[in-house]
Amino acid sequence: MEEPTNTRPERDDDAASGAAGTEPVTIDLAREYEEAGIAEVLDALDRELVGLQPVKRRVREIAALLLVEQVRERMGLSAGAPSLHMCFTGNPGTGKTTVAMRMAEILHRLGYCRKGHVVAVTRDDLVGQYIGHTAPKTKEVLKKAMGGVLFIDEAYYLHRPENEKDYGQEAIEILLQVMENQRDDLVVILAGYKDRMDKFFASNPGMSSRIAHHVEFPDYSDTELFEIAEIMLAEWHYRFDEAAAAAFREYLAVRRERPHFANARSVRNALDRIRLRQALRLFEERGRQLTADDLVTVCESDVRASRLFDVDDDETTEDDSEGGTP
Amino acid sequence: MRITQGAFSFLPDLTDDEIRLQLEYCLSNGWAVSVEHTDDPHPRNTYWDMWGHPMFDLRDPAGIMTELAECRLANPESYIRINAFDSTHGVESIALSFIAGRPSAEPGFRLDRTETAGRTQRYSLVPYAVDKSPAGERYRAGV
Repeated sequence: MEEPTNTRPERDDDAASGAAGTEPVTIDLAREYEEAGIAEVLDALDRELVGLQPVKRRVREIAALLLVEQVRERMGLSAGAPSLHMCFTGNPGTGKTTVAMRMAEILHRLGYCRKGHVVAVTRDDLVGQYIGHTAPKTKEVLKKAMGGVLFIDEAYYLHRPENEKDYGQEAIEILLQVMENQRDDLVVILAGYKDRMDKFFASNPGMSSRIAHHVEFPDYSDTELFEIAEIMLAEWHYRFDEAAAAAFREYLAVRRERPHFANARSVRNALDRIRLRQALRLFEERGRQLTADDLVTVCESDVRASRLFDVDDDETTEDDSEGGTP
Repeated sequence: MRITQGAFSFLPDLTDDEIRLQLEYCLSNGWAVSVEHTDDPHPRNTYWDMWGHPMFDLRDPAGIMTELAECRLANPESYIRINAFDSTHGVESIALSFIAGRPSAEPGFRLDRTETAGRTQRYSLVPYAVDKSPAGERYRAGV
């Protein structure tokens, strides 16, 4: 009961001595960087995410800005809390959600998010079904996200130009109000496909101008996709043998041309199906004694069995949603 | 007469920063916090008006502080309290409740004595403000 009243004065003393008492003239940025602990997060970002150079550079820029801003503030040079709302655009499977999670962590370590949690929502979570339902729903989500990051996936669905009475507009207005007035309580990240987001911003100029950072996620090259595949397999304790690796490279080149190509997500789905085929192959030759190596290795035949390689039939598409029987 | 109800009511009124610290403590325990207000502060009046729904799954007090500010704005001269509900199985009750806002003038309570059968006396407390005006108009400036 008395705890808060006891601890408060101490905290005030700390703050006072830090601000006025022993003000350092020079500041060691390297040490600040070390202490903030963002080095680990940024390194992990570099290590664990393949490619995405422009995105990584942008994340570094933002992290550097926040760090410098923090130091400036201590020197009494504050320029006010920077606007941190962001928009991630890019094709499916380019890592928008993953980067958003990392972003929350970085913001938390730099002290711009008090809690650093991510609340991921889509239109359904913000927009109600009948009049008067939207505002409380949106506000509730906003309250849950305060102190952290609100990640709105496929944000362009909020605006439905074909329906004037759509409640999405109401959600956008509440969102804008909070984004403006409670900037230090919450960071909003919008994500979606490039062309649709552009259309969304064109019809909501207020939204566009309140978002400081527009980050574009490029598509992965075939080499990067292969690297991603290898990382995923390693995570699951599998690996390609040489022939399988070559076959998978070929698979990637073909898959890219097919409809519904979703970068890393397509790779994961393909690998999931390959795992199924590998398991079936092992099961069918069950007379044989298996070694650990057999369990880990993916063979060429597992990859080649994909319907994508059936050249005679032009109609076949290996949809990501399908189970993919050979 | 200063009304004392719930926790901390014998202390000076909590500042917003202190309220925020208390909320931080509530949220760290996983309690659901709600804001309520009334202009009938009789100790037996347990059912205050709810200001919105109880807030579940919050991580940071900022959301509650926003609601509290809105509630104060809409009900400037009334009692506002914050409740924290512990939903743990077997507990399921209010774990903490404290006053977070009160009218600028509190006239207090009158003691009513009623004679009943024999020489029995029955006592009841009546807030002066409740007698003076109907709900919604009590504790206004000048009343």
